Amino acid sequence: MKQVFTRTPSLKDVQTHFCPGCHHGGIHRLVAEALDEFGLRERTIGCASVGCSVFLYGYFDVDVVESPHGRAPAVATGVKRARPDRIVFTYQGDGDLAAIGTSEIIHAANRGEDITVIFVNNTTYGMTGGQMAPTTMPGQKTSTSPLGRSIKNDGAPFKMAELLSNLDGVTFSARVALNNPRNVLQAKKLIKTAFQYQVEGKGFSFIEALAACPTNWGMQPLSANERIGSEMIPYFPLGICKNTHNL
Amino acid sequence: MSEKIFVKGNEAVAMAAIEAGVRCYFGYPITPQSDIPEYLSRELPKTGGTFIQVESEIGAINMVLGASAAGVRAMTSSSGPGISLKQEGISYMAGSELPGVIVDIMRQGPGLGGIDASQADYFQATRGGGHGGYRIIVLAPDSVQEMYDLTMLAFDLSDIYRMPAMVLADSVIGQMKESIVANSRPETPLPVKDWAVRGRAEGADQNVVKSLKLGDGEMEAFHWAMHARYQELADKESRWEEYQTADAEMIVTAFGSTARIARTAIEGARAEGMKVGLLRPITLFPFPKQAYTALSARCKRFLDIELSTGQMIDDVRLSVARDTDVAFYGRPPGAGSLPTPEELLEQIRKIY
Repeated sequence: MKQVFTRTPSLKDVQTHFCPGCHHGGIHRLVAEALDEFGLRERTIGCASVGCSVFLYGYFDVDVVESPHGRAPAVATGVKRARPDRIVFTYQGDGDLAAIGTSEIIHAANRGEDITVIFVNNTTYGMTGGQMAPTTMPGQKTSTSPLGRSIKNDGAPFKMAELLSNLDGVTFSARVALNNPRNVLQAKKLIKTAFQYQVEGKGFSFIEALAACPTNWGMQPLSANERIGSEMIPYFPLGICKNTHNL
Repeated sequence: MSEKIFVKGNEAVAMAAIEAGVRCYFGYPITPQSDIPEYLSRELPKTGGTFIQVESEIGAINMVLGASAAGVRAMTSSSGPGISLKQEGISYMAGSELPGVIVDIMRQGPGLGGIDASQADYFQATRGGGHGGYRIIVLAPDSVQEMYDLTMLAFDLSDIYRMPAMVLADSVIGQMKESIVANSRPETPLPVKDWAVRGRAEGADQNVVKSLKLGDGEMEAFHWAMHARYQELADKESRWEEYQTADAEMIVTAFGSTARIARTAIEGARAEGMKVGLLRPITLFPFPKQAYTALSARCKRFLDIELSTGQMIDDVRLSVARDTDVAFYGRPPGAGSLPTPEELLEQIRKIY
């Protein structure tokens, strides 16, 4: 019998701690497949962040540095400048990248650091228990926005893929989702493109992945998955925001 | 090289860093240390190294963390307000057992304070500065030559003991010019950085640099291991200078710029027939306790002088014999507060 689906080598053969219906595992898988299809595992260094993504080193079979909350783009800058021949990526959540780490992501992008940033947007702080994130949607109830996010009080959600594409240092920026097979295939393709930019030394590449957090949304996995299509994608449109070299 | 050159203290730091093989400098302008990034922006790229003027002190220390995790020598420099911002990254480096050199050219505080000489960041430097209970190596130069020599030592000690090291000076030492000999890098045996993240090709096992320790007993074991390392540092690396202590009946103790002024005051005291000596700690962490213990066994009068209301005095009192009288003369930082040798001589006369 022909085996048609196997674990990709850049992922370890372990169970993850992620909740049922969480999309981190799928995003890990797509990133690992991209690394393996380019044969990058042995020269890749990952920069983990703080939050549910902190255990990157437990799942990826690559060297990993853990970064302080929000600082992964600065840590990745240090790693890449010290070892320019390595492939360096960060993997950050929305609170990490778009709140406490806004300064680091904007400036790493603006310098055009030759790194790839994987940004997981699930509109909430997952690890700390579902507080309001910079990407929490208008009216969305969280443990720190019990009446729903108020634009007047809290501002509007950040659209990071669009925001970063305005910077000259960014050569590739795209938003993907994993809520159906078609979107998973598209996500795979764009994540590969993001790493291809780095392989070719063409500057800063950015992927925003919309993700479900059933636990903190108070939803079943299936309905959480449906929310991505019904609520998130209309507000955070999928697709390529910037592709300077048309890779 | 034995030729003398005439340079500023801050320039000596930058020259020594290049001689020590620094590959990455990340920093942000702040008075009175901006000569360091200015020099390195010009000279470090010539050696193939990286200079980045970063958007913030927080970004800068985290770039040091990244470059150091990747196995190269990396550094940053700043002063009071900027050093406060770096504490997050320094704590993570301590927790991740990462080397790295931080230069602190102290200025006044709290807050924006001012740019005159201060020693009021002694506690911040020697007690770790950030959260979690850790220490870093702290070296306190009192001359431009020592700015050069101790910067190179900071890199070596940091690599050997796998912890951040700080060069702690102030605007007097950073801004003044003296003639120095730009010594070659010492041939100190250094450990291989087999823990660094390099990509798996160079080693079969996955390397992870992290401070998160969730295993049962893992964090407790880490703290005791670091405690033992601090003790090893104290035993092997404590450094101090004694001046005129052999027959001294009174010991003045001070570090950095204050020790320079005290030395002149002691010469004045000697001219008046008072047998006064100087004990100058060169390592502030580890604090050279053994020197205080030994001197206080026979000399029972100490005078501690600092540009603060008294911080190092806590370490002095913990280090001297119990029956020692430790007097204090402090000049908290500020324009016009730097004491003259005559003022210090007056204090010596009062106590002698």
